[in-house]
Amino acid sequence: MMLRIVKYVVGDILRGRIIFGYAGVLLAASFGLFNFGGDAAKGLVGLLSLVLLVVPLVSLVFSTIHFYNSIEFIELLAAQPLRRSTLLLGQMMGVALALVTALVAGIGLPILIYAPTVTGLVLLAVSLVLTVVFTGLAFLAAVLARDKARGVGAALLIWFYFALLHDGVTLYLLFLLEDFPLEGISLGLISLNPVDLARVLVLLQMDVSALMGYTGSMLKNLLGTGTGIAFASAVLAAWIALPVALTLWVFRRKDL
Amino acid sequence: MLEARSLTKTFGRLCALDALTVRLSGGQSVALIGPNGAGKTTFIKCVLRLVLPDSGELTLDGASLLDNPALRSRIGYMPQIGRFPDHLRVGQLFELMREIRRGTHSGTDEDLIEAFRIDRIAHQTARTLSGGTRQKVSACLALLFDPDLLVLDEPTAGLDPVSAEILTEKVRAVRAKGKLVLLTSHILSDLDEIATDVLYLIEGRMQFYRPIAEMKAESGETRLGRIVAGMMRQAAADALRPEEPAA
Repeated sequence: MMLRIVKYVVGDILRGRIIFGYAGVLLAASFGLFNFGGDAAKGLVGLLSLVLLVVPLVSLVFSTIHFYNSIEFIELLAAQPLRRSTLLLGQMMGVALALVTALVAGIGLPILIYAPTVTGLVLLAVSLVLTVVFTGLAFLAAVLARDKARGVGAALLIWFYFALLHDGVTLYLLFLLEDFPLEGISLGLISLNPVDLARVLVLLQMDVSALMGYTGSMLKNLLGTGTGIAFASAVLAAWIALPVALTLWVFRRKDL
Repeated sequence: MLEARSLTKTFGRLCALDALTVRLSGGQSVALIGPNGAGKTTFIKCVLRLVLPDSGELTLDGASLLDNPALRSRIGYMPQIGRFPDHLRVGQLFELMREIRRGTHSGTDEDLIEAFRIDRIAHQTARTLSGGTRQKVSACLALLFDPDLLVLDEPTAGLDPVSAEILTEKVRAVRAKGKLVLLTSHILSDLDEIATDVLYLIEGRMQFYRPIAEMKAESGETRLGRIVAGMMRQAAADALRPEEPAA
């Protein structure tokens, strides 16, 4: 039953114009970065910066607005013999799948053409994971907020925090705590931000961690190992599972 | 058939339903009326479990509607505003609803689909439909699975006179088959055609619940609108009158 809901949501979104615009802009930017940025490695660095800003933003804003635009139909479906969790999980998976499709077309294709390396594939993989993470957070904002304006506002705040503010907080804390051993603290702070985790996972593949200074070499030691990558993946999985679980918990009790 | 016991729901400080207790049976067509904010929509949404009451019980033939999603297979719902996914074709919409309901109903009722000639718009996407056409689609979906309980929120709003008449006829036929119809409408003359009983709510409490025929016989009026307007004025006057001191 859930698959039936996923199917209609994906079909509906993929027939719209916005998702094509998203894929098109990403495609144009990727080709631009790879063609005019010098070699493939530089292209990937450029693409990484772009993806870390744009993917969370689009996933958050698109998902929240989609939820509010579908609210009347979600209400009609909730009045059918369907469980609320099935209904909303289907909605979330549908939106995430549509965004992932656009992402694969927009950056997956150029990466396969210009940089079919491990780094390139890791970049694609973390972008897909970030899409799912921020779709989950968007739905959480949407079910918690009372109206569309608050929901979209909350989504923008989430983006602002994770894309921009968290790094500042991290630096400030590390500066305050410089007398203490930094490994555990910085690892903890990075784990609190899925965007940072994604960035570190890609940079570690690029062998440019020497450029990242002391923390960079430290991170290489902490996260560059098999255990480190498993840890980072587990944290990202938690970044998907926890918001989704919380969203379903709230939605099951929500008055529509 | 449908029974509410001490059903209570508050939104912040506003009490939308105040210990509402009422029992409705099959073969009735009950019109929920009352001023804005009286709790009509809240009651309907509780029946569909779109709104969760704070306390009280709500049962359909003795089984609780509040913790039994499968029971909703016996309910057909036509919302006040029907809005469907923009790019879904009408045909696909019906297909989706049939799949969601697969195995939960014995037969389908396609009378209305034929009467409204839905096949002619099956290829159109939902966002190209006019408001009235969306209402027709909503009505068809509500009646499609031959529900025992039909819930209609402002069913004739936005329908042209011919379509409104078709829908009215259909609802009357459904009721005559022994099903329960629960509806709201601001247009009292429409209720005259569809409803058999009136459930009048004010501030979440039941003011009265009576058969329309009985009210007409008692007041000598033939139009429901007049009777209800008279009662509303009476209720307002009662509310304004200072309490009489005890003798």
